[in-house]
Amino acid sequence: MASTNTTGYRRGLVDLGKGQISREIFVNDEIYQEELERIFARAWLLVGHESQIPNPGDFFVSSMGEESVILCRDRAHKVHVFLNSCRHRGMKVCRYDEGNAAVLTCPYHGWSYSTDGRLVGVPYFREAYHGSLDRSRWGLAEVAQLCLYKGTVWASWDPAAPPFLEYLGDFLPYIDLTLDAWDGSDGGTEILSGIQKWRVPCNWKFPAENFSGDSYHNISHRSVDLAGIGPSGSGRRDMPELLMARKLHIAFPEHGHQTTSYLLPKEVALPPAYQHSSVVSEYFRECEEARRNKRGDWGRMIALVGEVFPNTAFLARQPRTLAAWHPRGAHETEVWRWFLVDRNAPAEVKDFLRQYYIRYSGPGGMTEQDDMENWNYAHAASRGTIARRYPYNYEQGTGTEIENYEWESFRVPGVVCDLTRAKSSEHNLRNLYRRWAEFMEADRWEELTSGRRLGRAEAAE
Amino acid sequence: MDGNERISRLLLKQEVDEFLYYEADLLDARRYDDWLALLADDVRYWMPMRRNVKVDDLEREFTREGRDISWFDEGKQTLTRRVRQIQTGIHWAEEPVSRISHVISNIRLLEANPSWAEPAEVAVGCRFLVYRNRVETETDILVGKREDLLRRVEGELKITRRRILLDQNVLLSKNLTFFF
Repeated sequence: MASTNTTGYRRGLVDLGKGQISREIFVNDEIYQEELERIFARAWLLVGHESQIPNPGDFFVSSMGEESVILCRDRAHKVHVFLNSCRHRGMKVCRYDEGNAAVLTCPYHGWSYSTDGRLVGVPYFREAYHGSLDRSRWGLAEVAQLCLYKGTVWASWDPAAPPFLEYLGDFLPYIDLTLDAWDGSDGGTEILSGIQKWRVPCNWKFPAENFSGDSYHNISHRSVDLAGIGPSGSGRRDMPELLMARKLHIAFPEHGHQTTSYLLPKEVALPPAYQHSSVVSEYFRECEEARRNKRGDWGRMIALVGEVFPNTAFLARQPRTLAAWHPRGAHETEVWRWFLVDRNAPAEVKDFLRQYYIRYSGPGGMTEQDDMENWNYAHAASRGTIARRYPYNYEQGTGTEIENYEWESFRVPGVVCDLTRAKSSEHNLRNLYRRWAEFMEADRWEELTSGRRLGRAEAAE
Repeated sequence: MDGNERISRLLLKQEVDEFLYYEADLLDARRYDDWLALLADDVRYWMPMRRNVKVDDLEREFTREGRDISWFDEGKQTLTRRVRQIQTGIHWAEEPVSRISHVISNIRLLEANPSWAEPAEVAVGCRFLVYRNRVETETDILVGKREDLLRRVEGELKITRRRILLDQNVLLSKNLTFFF
């Protein structure tokens, strides 16, 4: 990495030349307030899934940054995302998690809104306002941009943000690895009912970094490997991939997205998995074959984890999940997790996966429990006056990134670090914080899309 | 209910109280293998998530057993794996071990089959308060209702079904590394 190019948010806080990041960006309350403005009010954030609101009037109350929003479908079937706060005196208009409503009526003074956000009811409109209140100007605040992509719903408060697909850039096919069915059918997934929501006492960037591809935290999960919850029996659940595929860190410096993925060999098929159930095992074998046929070289790519900047994570294998790391102050994160299965999978497969997901993910998940302990106390032990003087180390794998990585005739988009060779790297983590620093520095979206700051030149390293 | 029946019911109530308190003691003393022995081989252990829904939409309050994502939806095999994980000594979320107390109250016998005098199965309702304190000051208090189905197997009561209805929406604990 070019050491001359080490500016970051407030010079020195994010110093990728040295591979050091100040603890301040995790524990400082002022920096956190700036994040809400510069990151969460500008970036594209995951709001929910279309299947949560199939019918007109259906709503799902979600979150963007710290704030509550209403995802709903209006009478004309159009999807909207509104700030969940009455325009009159700020009351939370909807305090249900989900449901169906013709109008949303504020319980404080009774202003009511149609599902397309218009203010349609004002008590004493004629008498108290003499009919002169311009109701057309007092509808619910709506996001500036919204995008539906293969079932997922994304939104941004910033009209200057690039359209979602541009925001994703060449990262798009990696998102597809989560949202397409395992056999490669476009958008062939659905969510299981029940969104897990829970609080973790740590800064939101701890989980964001972890899901960007922390390839170094094997010791965290030793206990679950020993207890053995894998769908194929005991031991690490990704052993076949580890043994035969290339494990890659893949990062997109212009965008701040990154994934850890496996690139399977061209000719050799994955050994059978999920042997506990012949139906499940057979289903995945068929899907594996179908995907290879349908997708060609892309059918060889299996994502493990990934992160869409800033706070949306995916797990692309099984469990297949989407997570949003909602900030709740600098020192707390509320995690929301959606679980995905192939829409056309047999009921037995869906049920098998559902049970596996529950014992893997979330607060009851035997794998994630240990992550959360580590994020909790890493954060807590970084808050002190003395602790803040010592930056974290992100040097791992500096200078080993490859721009045009190719293996068995598949040229991988993105800047790659080959983990099969390196065992571990912090390439993806640096990519997350590089983009974070750019967002915190940039006053306008043009600065973020021009790539003039740290972008490509530095990433080439 | 005649006098004999009432006495049978009273004796059963006493036995169930003792059983549930004993179970709580085993958990709080971290005698997990002994606790597992109280579970029937076909036990279902389920803890749904709870939604804020309108009063006329209450069938959607709980995620559904066997269909939706829940906090727990377990059988004996996976509960055993969870115990094994704690016993590895490197399950960092429970290492150092937490201090946990289960307070069980409001125990009511809901139903006995075929009879109070010779119950093969007893349905029991109760409240739980699970207090967890770990490391230095980290504290969780989880309160809710439990519905247990107990079965008599070779004279001993075994837990056949446990429904755990936690009174929280967003889970306020970072993890659920303990049993209810």
